[in-house]
Amino acid sequence: MLKTAFWQGNQAIAEGAIAAGCRFFAGYPITPSTDIMEEMSRRLPTLEGRFIQMEDEIAGIAAAIGGSMAGYKSMTASSGPGISLKQENLGLAYMAELPIVVVDVMRGGPSTGVPTKVSQMDVMQARWGSHGDHGTIAYSPSSVQECFEIAIKAFNAAERYRQPVLILSDEVLGHMREKVFIPPEGSYSIVDRKKPSTTVENFVPYQADPEDDIPPMASFGDGYRWHITGLAHNDFGFPSAKEEDVEKNISRLVRKIDRFRDDIVEYETYEVEDADTIVLSYGSVSRSSLRAVKDARQRGLKVGHFRPVTLWPFPDKEIYQLAKKVKTIIVPELNCGQMVLEVDRAVHGKAKVVPRNLVNGELFKPDEIFRAIQEVV
Amino acid sequence: MPRPEVINWLRTQFFPQMWCPGCGHGIILHALLRSLVDLGKSPDQTVIASGIGCSSRMPGYINACTVHSTHGRSLAFATGIKLSRPELTVLDVMGDGDCSAIGGNHFIHACRRNIDITAIVMNNNIYGMTGGQASPTTPGGAKATTAPYGVMDPSFDICRLAEGAGATFIARTTIANPVQCEKFIQDGIEHKGFSVIEIVSSCHTQFGRRNSCRTPIENIKRLKDASIPANKTKDMSPDELADKIVIGEFVNKKAPEYTEQYLSLIDRVKGD
Repeated sequence: MLKTAFWQGNQAIAEGAIAAGCRFFAGYPITPSTDIMEEMSRRLPTLEGRFIQMEDEIAGIAAAIGGSMAGYKSMTASSGPGISLKQENLGLAYMAELPIVVVDVMRGGPSTGVPTKVSQMDVMQARWGSHGDHGTIAYSPSSVQECFEIAIKAFNAAERYRQPVLILSDEVLGHMREKVFIPPEGSYSIVDRKKPSTTVENFVPYQADPEDDIPPMASFGDGYRWHITGLAHNDFGFPSAKEEDVEKNISRLVRKIDRFRDDIVEYETYEVEDADTIVLSYGSVSRSSLRAVKDARQRGLKVGHFRPVTLWPFPDKEIYQLAKKVKTIIVPELNCGQMVLEVDRAVHGKAKVVPRNLVNGELFKPDEIFRAIQEVV
Repeated sequence: MPRPEVINWLRTQFFPQMWCPGCGHGIILHALLRSLVDLGKSPDQTVIASGIGCSSRMPGYINACTVHSTHGRSLAFATGIKLSRPELTVLDVMGDGDCSAIGGNHFIHACRRNIDITAIVMNNNIYGMTGGQASPTTPGGAKATTAPYGVMDPSFDICRLAEGAGATFIARTTIANPVQCEKFIQDGIEHKGFSVIEIVSSCHTQFGRRNSCRTPIENIKRLKDASIPANKTKDMSPDELADKIVIGEFVNKKAPEYTEQYLSLIDRVKGD
């Protein structure tokens, strides 16, 4: 019999992270993500892991990255304003290729916004928030069960691709309670970062394996000596402003994700085969969308649902294939239109894209999305 | 000439280093390495973190586990590393802007936590790398590129700041006293808890040039002449102390160390 629990989304992310092997958490309190931190403060010491409450959001991610340097699977969690503060050190983790999972339980903005209410306003922040170019991996769960599962996936991706991975949850999901089936240990795959196999003398910290563009990572204290820097660097990890070194360094940060794009991208479809209208949504909104799509089907309307599970990399190829077969794609979002820009880009004019936006702090009701469907069919 | 054991700790392939000839920071680097050698530390068990600035380029020259992090944030990274592996020797080298301006919050909280990290603050009273802007330790009246008419805001006393925030080992000296630099760094590393060693350094290029102290030797003489041991200041008035650099060990006390407390928490609750 499967073990079950009745968890909030935030708790499920914490438990999923622990199941993935996360044993380091550093953070700073912020609504609506704080429950993750509270859960980690209770759980990690019992598992001989490390928890520390830092002095601010910047220090929260910095300490978590420090944990990663020392070999831990490490996480921090926050929400809009806190994620803005973390962008500086997120950039260091991209540049120095330090695995870490960053949870963003989205609330409304700009600025303090509406801390206790839901939004999906951080989609573009997740992709472009930190200055400079890099590949981005961001998952968007839509149920408490998926919060647990995606926490495991996020750690696996962070460890495999040696970079930060974001989980874009939201306030509704974070505080919603649902039944969760806890898979038995060993029934899901766990990825650990590649470790160097060379001698200490021959260790070249940023020499990437040609087959995956990812360098093995040593941990501080394991006998290898290496230099971590946010400056552009050569394969030896030392600062370099030589054109060939900088080009090689930065282009690999993008390429290592691009080339595994098909492995990373995840999405879910519902009744899309014969559909002429698609509702395309993610996160908690997709729950309202699915209800509306089912209601529309009951009335004989040919409507389907497409849900990106990875917002980054964006499932553009898959959406293009779909766009060739349908007339209209409705994109409901809890922002003034962020992911819809990517949808527009992906469909190449093959289908009409209709945004539906809500920024009053509430979740779409199914009948609001149903009305949007009625308007286009 | 440094001893061979000291040279073994250096990434000499990057020499000559990027600091200006005559920069005070080299004296601190040498004192730091002598301390590590004399304490028998192993480079692969020693982490040296830094932020951004001239001072923060130091770890790049040290053949240990080194982190050149973001401006002001190095103590937060170092805290994560030390909490992960308390058995490692963790040092943090900072400039005055790094420590007391952009990193001020991280600095006071590292002091408060009393985590076993040795922070070496290389205070040259100026933002050197960016070309000579005023820092929180630029003395009142001194000129900087962002204070062409002289600095008007009062400067920070880093040691008193550290004391107020709870650091358990605090000392100050200058680059005019390399032997004392070495001694305080050694004592700081050996001290169980958060140690702050402020070493007043010099930047003739960006500070001295604009403040009638153009050569390295004039700067060292300036620091030497201004230095006064803490035990000789008892009867001095604030006015008499205004232009002085009070040197010595100010705080050396025992208090629970953060990672020790954390490990005993684990012993108490593990398996729950």
